[in-house]
Amino acid sequence: MVQSTKILVPSGVLGLGFSEDALKEGLKRKPDIIAIDGGSTDSGPFYLGSGTSKYSYEICEAEWQILMQARNQNNIPLIIGSCGTCGVNAGVDMMFEMTVKIAKRLGHSVKIARIYCERELSEFMQAVDESRITALEPAPDITQEALNKITHIVSSAGVEPIQEALLAGADIILVGRATDTALIAALPLSNNANAGASWHAAKIAECGAFCSTNPSSGVILVEIDMTGFTVEAMAQNAFCTPETVAAHMLYENADPFLLTEPGGCLDVTESSYQALDERRVRVQGSLWHESESYTVKLEAAKLSGYQTTLLTIVREPHYVKNIDKWITKLSAICNEKIRQSSLRSESSYELDFRVIGKNAALGELEFSVNMATELGVCVIITAESQHHADDIAMLVNPYLLHLPLSENEPMPTTAFPYSPANSSRGAFYEFALNHTWRLENPCDGFTLMIDEV
Amino acid sequence: MYYLSEITKTIRSKNAGPFWVTIDLFCGDDINYQRVKNGLTIPIAANHLLIAENLIKRFEIDDLRVIKISFQRKYFQGSRLDRDMHGAQFAHIFSEIQIN
Repeated sequence: MVQSTKILVPSGVLGLGFSEDALKEGLKRKPDIIAIDGGSTDSGPFYLGSGTSKYSYEICEAEWQILMQARNQNNIPLIIGSCGTCGVNAGVDMMFEMTVKIAKRLGHSVKIARIYCERELSEFMQAVDESRITALEPAPDITQEALNKITHIVSSAGVEPIQEALLAGADIILVGRATDTALIAALPLSNNANAGASWHAAKIAECGAFCSTNPSSGVILVEIDMTGFTVEAMAQNAFCTPETVAAHMLYENADPFLLTEPGGCLDVTESSYQALDERRVRVQGSLWHESESYTVKLEAAKLSGYQTTLLTIVREPHYVKNIDKWITKLSAICNEKIRQSSLRSESSYELDFRVIGKNAALGELEFSVNMATELGVCVIITAESQHHADDIAMLVNPYLLHLPLSENEPMPTTAFPYSPANSSRGAFYEFALNHTWRLENPCDGFTLMIDEV
Repeated sequence: MYYLSEITKTIRSKNAGPFWVTIDLFCGDDINYQRVKNGLTIPIAANHLLIAENLIKRFEIDDLRVIKISFQRKYFQGSRLDRDMHGAQFAHIFSEIQIN
């Protein structure tokens, strides 16, 4: 009977960095597993849409090598979830290739498990037909047009596919998309630790030291047993207090008391947070409510066009003062010129103006009327091809530079910060699903592959 | 009347997934917590966020002296008309709300 399970979390995500001293301190505590996240939707739909990673391959490789060495020296498993930021199959492949390369370099023999989480559109459509798909609030509409433009669908794995890999004796587990918590909760749940404590500890540790007084210090250790869990930051200058730990339950959670996970719901309404000393917090009383059916959350992104942006700076006081009037005139004349030009025969486009220094971040919700000395004008063009977006940008360019407020005044010249003023941004993606998928078996659709290298 | 920024320790705002934003108001002491608890209602939040009241959830976390406001995004994260990928600027709207 395992009395407790210790999980070492080096940081909130691979690529973000962690203190090596704090990692060493964590390893002295003899953890049972090292768990780290590889991504999230938090950086926006581009990564899932394009199937690419947010973090530098070289930086991830350097960090992953440190973690592989720690794993090898302590002979414990190492797990990463949401490989390549978004958890698509290509992200798992990238981490697999990286892991094999590092293992060869270090002379390690390792058993590597890969868990693929991507779903084909046809599988998804079949699940719709079988009434297995449920929309969450709010969810984008599943129109045929949107479906045609979806580039990737992933489902977030729960603990079960990970437990299968652990049971198979994997040294390193590379998971496509998984809930941040499943990576951490899998082993203690296999060891029959308290279920509420396992999921709650996982939520608290998922961002590394975010649950401490020093969020950027990275390394966190959670120890989970039959009645609760203890959390401690591994950097000397980081402290877990009942307030910092409890506050992390609020972080990025719409509901502060309940957290829905594959197969159930974590309930922390009755949880107690007690300081054991100035560094450690003990948490008890967390509950796990198993759900009647097993559902996993889906994420998808669709191609919504191509973008080109322009940026200029307006400094002339007359124009700063009359910026709304100028933008209205600029927008009208650009749309009119597009209509008159050969570009009109092309497909649809959108022209958005953001006035930086006025309300670029909040739009209609901005209440402040403080006037800035200068204003940035960011023009975002979205069209159905990059070529069309670029052509529109080239048409907008001279008006953005020189449009006078009225006919009888000198032509202004705004400040272009660089040449060319227009930047092609490439493909533009949007999130396309906020739905759950009901599974018969928690491992359905998650493909486990094991290799020894 | 008090600005919420005057009677809170921290106000933070962040995505809770691509479709929700959540705002945590850490009030520090009991007096200010009671003020925020009584004063920051769903209708006031709706009025500043320009969304319907039924798209907002409000929680009182007495132990932490935190009021939490979660709401459905009018523009989903990263969609064409979204202006703030991580949803962190909504906190500044709340800083400037005045309550009794």
